[in-house]
Amino acid sequence: MAEQSLRKAPLGGFHGGSAAAHVTAAGPATRLSLRAGADAVPALSKALGLDLPTKPKTSASLNGRHALWLGPDEWLVIDESGADLTALAAKAAVLHSAVDISHRNTAVLVAGTKAAEAIASGSPHDLSPKVFPVGACARTVLGKIEVVIFRTGEQEYRVECWRSFAPYAFALLAEGAEDAGL
Amino acid sequence: MLLIHCPYCEEERSELEFRHGGDAHIARPTNIADISDEEFEEFFFLRDNPKGLIFERWRHVHGCGRFFNAARDTVSDKFYASYKAGEPKPDLPGISPATEKTVETYEATEGTAK
Ligand SMILES: [Zn+2]
Repeated sequence: MAEQSLRKAPLGGFHGGSAAAHVTAAGPATRLSLRAGADAVPALSKALGLDLPTKPKTSASLNGRHALWLGPDEWLVIDESGADLTALAAKAAVLHSAVDISHRNTAVLVAGTKAAEAIASGSPHDLSPKVFPVGACARTVLGKIEVVIFRTGEQEYRVECWRSFAPYAFALLAEGAEDAGL
Repeated sequence: MLLIHCPYCEEERSELEFRHGGDAHIARPTNIADISDEEFEEFFFLRDNPKGLIFERWRHVHGCGRFFNAARDTVSDKFYASYKAGEPKPDLPGISPATEKTVETYEATEGTAK
């Protein structure tokens, strides 16, 4: 009998894409599904150390921690350094719901001159800079699954998806990246 | 691709992100135990299913997750307006919903299939 259990990275060993659009698995991160009314936003912002965005499709980032607007009372908070986000949110003595989804989600990083084209091969979301500048984020669809697309740079995107859909998302993005590189 | 304006995201998004939610502006009885079976049937099951303008609930299920209301033409599938849940029906001046005659159908343009 094994004496310890090891957590397997959902996309461990996956690689793909093309010179025009690299597709890689994002490193581990902690994540929070945060729901709260407008009156709780200041206290939660203070507890999490960054201003929760209240404008549609915008985000706030600080030192590897990101708060993404998903809806009028819903955010996806990601911390790339693995901070205990639920504990931080719990410090805010206001009505809110914070669910740890660190291992429900994983992310695929798409980067390169044709990164947007690679994602657009499977998603109807408009990624043009005018409506989706750096820092923009949106929950939308990619092929048959739901994803959150976060533009982290001019040519860099983070595609968050559910763990069990990760191989599908990765394969679709890698395929799109190959097509975009032709 | 059909684009639908979400009043919460404040922009047009692909129809793939939305789900239809039935007729809008149906008032739930204040005390459902008080109403008769016939009244319940009317409230719960009976819908007009009009040809033309209809006010419906939609949900931006793969976007912001919100329910909202929209005015749509059931024949042309054109969305006239969308507005937040809880807001009254908007005035739609000058909108004459399409009829069967104004819509191009395969039968009208190509003849009946044989
Ligand atoms: Zn929306």
